[in-house]
Amino acid sequence: MSDSIGEGEVTRKEVESLFTRLDQEAESGGYHLNPNREFTLGLIEGMMVNERRYGYWACPCRLASGVKKEDLDIICPCDYRDPDIAEYGTCYCGLYVSQDVLDGKRKATRIPERRPAEGMAAPADRMSASAQPGLPDLSGLTYPLWRCRVCGYLCARGQPPEVCPICRAKKDRFERFL
Amino acid sequence: MEFQRVEGTDKGKIVLYALSTCMWCRMAKNLLKDMGVCYEYIDVDTLSAEEKVTVKQEIKKWNPGGSYPTLVINEKECVSGFDEAEIREKIK
Repeated sequence: MSDSIGEGEVTRKEVESLFTRLDQEAESGGYHLNPNREFTLGLIEGMMVNERRYGYWACPCRLASGVKKEDLDIICPCDYRDPDIAEYGTCYCGLYVSQDVLDGKRKATRIPERRPAEGMAAPADRMSASAQPGLPDLSGLTYPLWRCRVCGYLCARGQPPEVCPICRAKKDRFERFL
Repeated sequence: MEFQRVEGTDKGKIVLYALSTCMWCRMAKNLLKDMGVCYEYIDVDTLSAEEKVTVKQEIKKWNPGGSYPTLVINEKECVSGFDEAEIREKIK
């Protein structure tokens, strides 16, 4: 494990405590943490360092801007996790893996970056239906439909939930779907 | 802005652009250390905002995606991401 454990503000105990919590949450939602425990603890330590730096769990393997609005898509679990697990069996940093990798049938290796390069994608106004081009006119709907950008969970209600019940992403990770 | 130098066998100018929080970057550092080569690294996430801008431009010259780790060998070749076989192949 890292030399920095015990030296900085993040202690091994804190890292292990978050590991236990994330592992339980992942399994209850049908996700899996990387079975390489030391690797996974190292990533969680990185997330905790980023939380102290920026106030949120910026991906440990990407350079965060420090501006939350610009970093929303790379706050763990990132917007790219689920498609990356589906395609490569692992997310970009390697914190989450597929069942195949968990079972040892597939190896988690480094994967290409799915996030558009800096300056290539403007952050959309996710909370507004008008920002989504091509939406059919469903103004007769009783409730708007919200989509979790991390896992795709949909719900029809006045506001998105505080926390996604499937993947635990926070409210600000939802976009207006219909 | 200061690069950290790790002593070892001289295989030319080997520069690693890394993040202090990234495990793939840590594996790259460990591999270079195990290989016993002399190299320099910088943890870009620990730099000031101005320094980050400068370093990101430098990284993009070699690795347009700007991902980490980026390893530049002799200002000629680059390895983007942690690929042990490729790193061993390019540093001989």
